[in-house]
Amino acid sequence: MRRRSWFLFSALCFGFAFLYVPILSLIVYSFNESRLVTVWSGFSTRWYVQLFRDPQIIDAALLSLRIAAVNATFAVALGTLAGLAISRFQRFPGRMLFTGMIAAPLVMPEVITGLSLLLLFVTLEGAIGWPSGRGVTTITIAHITFSMAYVAVIVQSRLSSMDASLEEAALDLGARPWKVFFVITLPIIAPALVAGWLLSFTLSLDDLVIASFVSGPGASTLPMVVFSKVRLGVSPDVNALATIIVGVVTLAVGISGWLMIRNERRRERDIQAALAARD
Amino acid sequence: MSAPAVKAPYGRLRRLPFWISGRGAVAGIPYLWLLLFFLLPFGIVLKISVAEPIIAQPPFTPLFGPDGSLQATLDNYRFLLEDSLYLIAYLNSLKLAGISTLLCLLIGYPMAYGITRAPRATRNILLLLVILPFWTSFLLRVYAWMGILRNNGLINNLLMSLGVIEQPIQMMNTDFAIYLGITYSYLPFMILPLYAALERLSPDLVEAAQDLGCRPWKAFVTITLPLSLPGIIAGCLLVFIPAVGEFVIPSLLGGPDSLMIGRVLWDEFFGNRDWPVASAVAIALLLVLVVPIMLFQRMNLRQARS
Amino acid sequence: MNSLVQTAAPDRVKNGWNRPEEAPFLRIEGVEKRFGGFAAVDGVSLDIYRKELFCLLGGSGCGKTTLLRILAGFEQPTAGRIYLDGSDMTDVPPYERPINMMFQSYALFPHMSVESNVAFGLKQEGLPRKEIARRVADALELVQLGPLAKRRPHQLSGGQRQRVALARCLVKRPKLLLLDEPLAALDKKLREHTQFELMNIQEEVGITFIVVTHDQEEAMSLSTRIAVMDRGQIVQVGTPTEIYEYPETRFTANFIGSINFFDGRIARVEGENLTVAVPQLGRDLLVRSKKELSPGTEVCVAIRPEKIAISRQPLDLPNGVKGKVRDLGYLGSVSVYRVELENGCLIKVTAANTLHSAEREVDWDDEVYLGWRATSALVLTE
Repeated sequence: MRRRSWFLFSALCFGFAFLYVPILSLIVYSFNESRLVTVWSGFSTRWYVQLFRDPQIIDAALLSLRIAAVNATFAVALGTLAGLAISRFQRFPGRMLFTGMIAAPLVMPEVITGLSLLLLFVTLEGAIGWPSGRGVTTITIAHITFSMAYVAVIVQSRLSSMDASLEEAALDLGARPWKVFFVITLPIIAPALVAGWLLSFTLSLDDLVIASFVSGPGASTLPMVVFSKVRLGVSPDVNALATIIVGVVTLAVGISGWLMIRNERRRERDIQAALAARD
Repeated sequence: MSAPAVKAPYGRLRRLPFWISGRGAVAGIPYLWLLLFFLLPFGIVLKISVAEPIIAQPPFTPLFGPDGSLQATLDNYRFLLEDSLYLIAYLNSLKLAGISTLLCLLIGYPMAYGITRAPRATRNILLLLVILPFWTSFLLRVYAWMGILRNNGLINNLLMSLGVIEQPIQMMNTDFAIYLGITYSYLPFMILPLYAALERLSPDLVEAAQDLGCRPWKAFVTITLPLSLPGIIAGCLLVFIPAVGEFVIPSLLGGPDSLMIGRVLWDEFFGNRDWPVASAVAIALLLVLVVPIMLFQRMNLRQARS
Repeated sequence: MNSLVQTAAPDRVKNGWNRPEEAPFLRIEGVEKRFGGFAAVDGVSLDIYRKELFCLLGGSGCGKTTLLRILAGFEQPTAGRIYLDGSDMTDVPPYERPINMMFQSYALFPHMSVESNVAFGLKQEGLPRKEIARRVADALELVQLGPLAKRRPHQLSGGQRQRVALARCLVKRPKLLLLDEPLAALDKKLREHTQFELMNIQEEVGITFIVVTHDQEEAMSLSTRIAVMDRGQIVQVGTPTEIYEYPETRFTANFIGSINFFDGRIARVEGENLTVAVPQLGRDLLVRSKKELSPGTEVCVAIRPEKIAISRQPLDLPNGVKGKVRDLGYLGSVSVYRVELENGCLIKVTAANTLHSAEREVDWDDEVYLGWRATSALVLTE
């Protein structure tokens, strides 16, 4: 037994090192004085300054954040409806196709989704005049389409693990179906919705391929700008950007992790107290 | 004797057909969205894949000509089959994605298993650590490898300063870099379903096997491994299918020889501006992936049912 | 003055089913529920009277829970109708029925306090806040949970959660209360205590209860009447005594408690005295039965283990056999014997341990005499 856990322990160490060394290298080299990113010449924060002075990057970042926020909100709305339909409605005509369309975006290669959506927009523009030109709207629509699939999966799994008799009990006590959803179901699945929102936000912020296909002149998202930079080679201001993103994400994950642990502990205490004071 | 026909003061439940009822609205809104923005586009890609490229806006011939006749040609597909470039790209993509999936599995499985064996409190932290890279930018993580694998990158600098090598090893723009890139980027997608499947297994099973005289390694191979198979399959599909169509990794880390179909599609579209051929490439890629995608769909259904 | 308790003196449940002028309160007519080719409920008709504590008893898969859900409104029957207090309920959605259900998992809303949980149903009715507060307080008092009103479900023990679930239903004063395996999740001691509580509360509030259970002891002790179900159909309906002492089929006889079966043929009929030739015992048995049967009919004589006397000395009883004690199970208050006859047939006998074990008369491998009265056994034709 001991030998097994030693093997697993070293596997974990190696695995996490593999995951984090590249990220750490990004951070370390963002403070490198030299323009040749990987040749260390001294500590400096000049690239951060340069980053914030670059209008192209700042504009792209703001655009991406806007699109991501709108996308996340709509994706949660649509994804929740979809997740609800899949997990609570047993049989309805066209259910097979529906579940297929929800599962497919999770694995579909982005070049295919990107190309297909672009061709759709072009065809629509030719047929009905909308969307007139490609840009923020088309990017947002594209993002919503794949984000909602992720949200649907999260919501569906949360609903499946929830005790369905809670909703039946509410119906039994006189609440109509819509009321049951808003007063009982929604509060209980709320954490899943938050997770879905954050996930959609991140996916949108990070998307390169699909945005490249469906974007238009004047609408350059942050990944598009970064990609055109790094295609030519390493660039230290990109390291600075990466460090900032890693910092924000780590903070967010850290806070949510801490909150989760705190809530768990509180619940454990309550349950212990209840068990101790038996009736 | 039947009960007296007293009128019920209560409402009646009218059995409306599904799509008109309230439930229909709930399912209908996302359904319509997906039909319009997910399914319909595939139809359009198919349509354009049988068109011809022209210098116009949009740069392809319409499906019905001015006299109303069907204008469709299989030239694009013929072109795909004739030019060995495409065949090589497809096969290469399958190979690169396949081997990377295997590597992901080999690294990811022990990690997932190790996490399930960790004490409860540590487990959550470890999971968060696995997920954290996933929340940072995919593009930037691939970019990180550029800095590591270059000729004057992290690895080469380290090896040269240690005196292990004299000349830098060419790692960038090779298949090796692509394997590393895909394995690295998709590792969380492999670990999470594996962890979910392993976590679901009751520890009683392995203990029962050992109680009956099974050595730990044998217990793992005969009990744990087969029962975690759904997780293995899910993880592999989640990595393999998108990896086949990868664009960013071959574009930044790969060389001119390491052709992947995602890149070919991009170049056809943006480089050659040949929309019909790009569409044909996409359709062919879909056909190649349709079996794994349906497998994935079936796994999801089975999971949802249980 | 608790608003939920009947103001009139709570009458002991008078046998409504025995009074011809009493109309059934709940009428289930030919209800069927099919899933594809499989019939979970296969043509069930039942009349239940006001203020009964009625039990649906059966093994898993017999359809009792499906029937309960049909009554609650969560399943639509594929055939048949349901009438409650004269009104046709079959098509009424669950949120409009004057019926409430206590779920097996209790289904307490985790994000609401005990108070809010209990008040939920009243809020849906749109009652004024003061009225709601008063009735909630009364309901919590009835189940003795007053001081825990502000707690959340995860801060309660299993028994406390059950009482909240009960209060939540009772506070709406439904015409019918359905309980799905109410005692299944409780441990033995708590179960006994809760059984009596349930019965008392039911008498106090005067609501008709329908309980679904697989536990025959629970059914026997709780109910006014029991319906035994098997494979979607009702096998027998009756009071606990009727079901136990006068089962109509082998299934029912075997389902409740233990029983010995002897197959035979009627040799002679003299009024209510039947003589049945039983080859398995190598002798004839005398049985009294009100059933009209003719000689030559194939029947089964059934007798409960506790009705057989066991002794080392010969017994002066109309029916008797001789055998050897093969197994002995000492359960403290009773002992269970398995006696093997000469021809290998095994008979199960239980007897109270009236004497101290040191003075125990019958032991392993003893030659014993078994005997019983003609009125102790019954005759089954199916």
